[in-house]
Amino acid sequence: MKTAEVIPLLILFFFLAIFVVFVVLVEEFAEGLMEAFRLIASGDPEILGITLRSIYISGTATVFSILWCIPIGVALGLRDFVGKQFIKGFFNALLGIPTVALGLILYLMFSSTGPLGSLNLFLNPLGVSIGQAILITPIIISFITSAVEAVDPDIRNLAITLGASETEASFVVLKESTSGVVLAVVAGFNRAIAELGVVLMIGQNLRGRTRVLTTAIALETTRGNIALSIALAIILLGIVISISFLTNLLQRRLK
Amino acid sequence: MSILAELEHVSKLYGKIKALDDVTLKVRKGEIFTLIGPNGAGKTTLLKILACLEKPDYGNVYINGERIEDRNRNKAKLNTTLVFQKSTQFSTSVYDNITYGLKLRGISKKQIDEAAKHALEMVKLEGYEKRLAKRLSGGEQQRVALARALALNTSLLFLDEPTANLDPKSVSIIEEVIREVNRQKGTTIMMATHNIFQTEQIAEKVALLINGKIANVGTVDEILRGKSRSLAKFVRLENIFSGTSEVLKEGTSCVRLDDGVTIEAALRRSGRITVFIRPEDIILSKRRLESSARNVFEGKIVEVSDQGPLVRLKVDAGEEFVVQITKRSFIEMGLNVGSQIYLTFKASSVQSI
Repeated sequence: MKTAEVIPLLILFFFLAIFVVFVVLVEEFAEGLMEAFRLIASGDPEILGITLRSIYISGTATVFSILWCIPIGVALGLRDFVGKQFIKGFFNALLGIPTVALGLILYLMFSSTGPLGSLNLFLNPLGVSIGQAILITPIIISFITSAVEAVDPDIRNLAITLGASETEASFVVLKESTSGVVLAVVAGFNRAIAELGVVLMIGQNLRGRTRVLTTAIALETTRGNIALSIALAIILLGIVISISFLTNLLQRRLK
Repeated sequence: MSILAELEHVSKLYGKIKALDDVTLKVRKGEIFTLIGPNGAGKTTLLKILACLEKPDYGNVYINGERIEDRNRNKAKLNTTLVFQKSTQFSTSVYDNITYGLKLRGISKKQIDEAAKHALEMVKLEGYEKRLAKRLSGGEQQRVALARALALNTSLLFLDEPTANLDPKSVSIIEEVIREVNRQKGTTIMMATHNIFQTEQIAEKVALLINGKIANVGTVDEILRGKSRSLAKFVRLENIFSGTSEVLKEGTSCVRLDDGVTIEAALRRSGRITVFIRPEDIILSKRRLESSARNVFEGKIVEVSDQGPLVRLKVDAGEEFVVQITKRSFIEMGLNVGSQIYLTFKASSVQSI
């Protein structure tokens, strides 16, 4: 297993460990934790709905993002053109964009008085997905660009000398970087499902419509429903850790 | 014989470096043509341009009499293929590697299978179809690369030092395949090589490329065995390096080779220079020698070839040096591939071309 693959997993386990230790140390949280497991085990329809909605919204966001990130990432990784460094720098800079700021921009665009108000994306799961897709774009592009750049440049030349067109050769390079592309998609999805700022600004946490794991955790914590918050947090961490674990397994298989 | 490929006043620049400088060359149908010259002479660039992988900055390229432009580049590419010096493999099976180009050409599955089987038989890798190409040895990978090119049955086959750093078995298989495919199918072959013996055995025509320019071109007889003794001598030289020379206060020159190695030469030349050191002028020792010689390099033996009473060694010392010693010395010193040794030669042994 490569170091780059292990690090995200280790970080996740680290935070989970801190979380568990913290919870165990505080009696109130210990009780909450017990209640949380009971809630999860009972298959509470509210929790199940929020979980499935989270996966659906963030999954859709990731699919949207892949549609434009793969061509951009491949072009940035393979081609030399004027302004390439500027574009790479631009996406790198966007990696650190404050999500609340992005949420505010999208709010102003999507709200009924905004330029895209007629598209009814405000308070809409589709709008939340688009917001998350924009948020994770720099992450996925930077991962895919690095993965494509890491492929031996002679692979492209080899495909071309065997008769491939530029587009066919790009597909070959993309195939050679499958492992990195999978990592990009997983990192994007994990970032999307963990997002709060953008979701809150566009979705406004409407019950049964735009309420997802992160917004529900924030809401239930302020309401004092610690057990429910812990249950939702465990599910969120469980999803993220399981996907990272399965990705690592898949990458080992691919090799 | 008609002309199959032609370069007409071709120049190619990489930044400020002129990789090819006004090259004009004709390759006739059915011949085996070798390109010889030192590292960095432009051999790979020339092959890439003829194989339509790179566009020249100046001049014209003709394949089958047709001038190559953007509109017909892809079509022309289907008639040529290039085997790279460093054998590159897709991360798939040997079968998928070999059939990639055939699938692009829309050939039926049955024909693809037959072509792959025949190509693997030619390079003596029958039964390797399901193995992962990247897990094979260097020699086997290069044979897969050759089979992948042969399966396409193109009229022009370009080979960039196909036997460099390979085991003797793979070298002899590849040389045999080159001869056979030329004889049986009439495939026109252009090959870059450092190996003069290989050129003598396989090729009909030779072009000598120095610093991006064609220094001479002709038949093997004319170039290697002909009247032009100085040229013949030059062609047979080993350890030809290009670099930048700077005259030192002491009167000698410091030549910084393109690969980063610096050697001292008893020359008074500055600027771009091509130098050579005769293999017999290099002393090989297991310990660093304290002597008057100005050049001492530590290196590792990477290749050994038996030449009767003599043994020819390739030593990687930052730059690849060819050294010639007697078989007796070789045995007594207990040398082999991987042995750490020192190379020593005098500044006066470094001669310019």
